[in-house]
Amino acid sequence: MRAAIVGVGEVPPQRSTEGRTTMSFLADAARRAVADAGIGKDRIDGLLVGPQVGETPQHVPATVAEYLGLQPRMANVVDLGGASGPGMVWRAAAAIAAGMAETVLCVLGNHREPVAPRSPNRNPIREFDVPFGASGANTAYALLKTRHMAEFGTSDRDFAELAALARSNAQTNPTAIWHGRPADVDGILASPWVAEPLHLAEIVMPVAGGDAVIVTSESVAAGLELPHAPVLLTGAGEMVTHRAMSQAPSLTTGPLKPSMAQALAQAGLGIDGIGLLSLYDCYTVMLAITLEDAGLCAPGRFADWMRDHDLAPGGDLPLNPNGGQLGIGQADLAGGLSHVVEAVHQLRGTADGRQARAARSALVTGNGATMSEAVALVLEAS
Amino acid sequence: MRIDPHALSVPPPTPTAETLPFWQAARRGELLLQRCADCSRWVFYPRALCPHCWSDRLDWAPASARGTVRSFTVVHKPGHPAWAVAAPYTVAVIDLEEGPRMLSALVGIEPAEARVGLAVRARFVEVGEWTLPFFEPAG
Ligand SMILES: [Zn+2]
Repeated sequence: MRAAIVGVGEVPPQRSTEGRTTMSFLADAARRAVADAGIGKDRIDGLLVGPQVGETPQHVPATVAEYLGLQPRMANVVDLGGASGPGMVWRAAAAIAAGMAETVLCVLGNHREPVAPRSPNRNPIREFDVPFGASGANTAYALLKTRHMAEFGTSDRDFAELAALARSNAQTNPTAIWHGRPADVDGILASPWVAEPLHLAEIVMPVAGGDAVIVTSESVAAGLELPHAPVLLTGAGEMVTHRAMSQAPSLTTGPLKPSMAQALAQAGLGIDGIGLLSLYDCYTVMLAITLEDAGLCAPGRFADWMRDHDLAPGGDLPLNPNGGQLGIGQADLAGGLSHVVEAVHQLRGTADGRQARAARSALVTGNGATMSEAVALVLEAS
Repeated sequence: MRIDPHALSVPPPTPTAETLPFWQAARRGELLLQRCADCSRWVFYPRALCPHCWSDRLDWAPASARGTVRSFTVVHKPGHPAWAVAAPYTVAVIDLEEGPRMLSALVGIEPAEARVGLAVRARFVEVGEWTLPFFEPAG
């Protein structure tokens, strides 16, 4: 019994949202997904949510369910950072297969006040990283880029190509935070250092937003009068390797490598059978390592590979046609779900103005913490 | 810019009962790590069981306090405001001689001189209430 995604919703990203709550973004995203599926909200009997720093530290599923007027038979938190969204889709499929629920709402979102809340306890990072001047993800991913450059001889320009592609693709997406503001490689390189060798334009812009996905079984989907063709989950893989960057087994390959291999094997596809790449791109270096870990090219050769392909929405192998998170902005944990939402639009032909050429299969990734939490999905058109 | 660690007023370590010996040893200028009595492997950060073999026979042992730079970054915009006075400063992941890896800041070196593979040794510096193992070129 395969799982089917029958509805998706995305709240357009916004830079600031004074006076709004995270709950209101979850509600907005959920309502859009239910409307997209053409079902009533009362069909939802499963709920997957993320952890919420600051607002609702405990009892998150009950709080969200109550706010939305749902009484799910299965409710849980998925806490895998940027991999939470894809991780939800696989867990929804498993819960449906186990009889825990029939139709699952996966929803993530966040508001954005001027001062972001800080997590109360982040050991071991709080104890062994923060006192040495390493707070936040930027230093962690800068360490990855330094090592990649030292080990493979990749250049600052190589990585800037990935950011420039994101900014170019974002011009096809009016809701992208960088819509109307493209940047070429020189523009990316001209942006200031944040954590050298990472430039500001190689880092996602934090935004407010929300994403939601409705998952049901293929057989239930077949009995519904859906406005859009369902998209099938045909393969998945997951791995968690560490928490602090200092404890990473490798700085040049990550847990997405076995996750993607497993997802492709389950789907019965090789990487060359994938027609669309919807890959988690919190930083240019994360996207570079993912392309290499996917087996699209040899380690260290992502820039050569890029030159051999047209990665625009109309190209031979579209990569994050909506701009990815480097183009649309990162709505905190919802950013991981945005790659699922975009792949669904592309596979069912509802990607207005940026529709890829008849892609039948997509590789979707999520990445959390310090290249340590990984989920890969293969989605296919029905 | 070289870090002047003595001038820093930054978030201190948050020791637990498991990790306190590490920080107490740092006060004495010693890099104290755990070593597994069953599989002989070294362990960092400190914990109650060996992550390699799940033995709970972990002994504290002084380490060489020497290692090499696995990777580094020059931080221009710190994630924590207290580090802004030190920026740009260099944060590195160190491959310790004994095997474990730890994160620290590099001192006694210009950011432009930092290199992957650079040989470094610990330099213990009092910062507020605690003594932190920073690293400097081994020379
Ligand atoms: Zn052991």
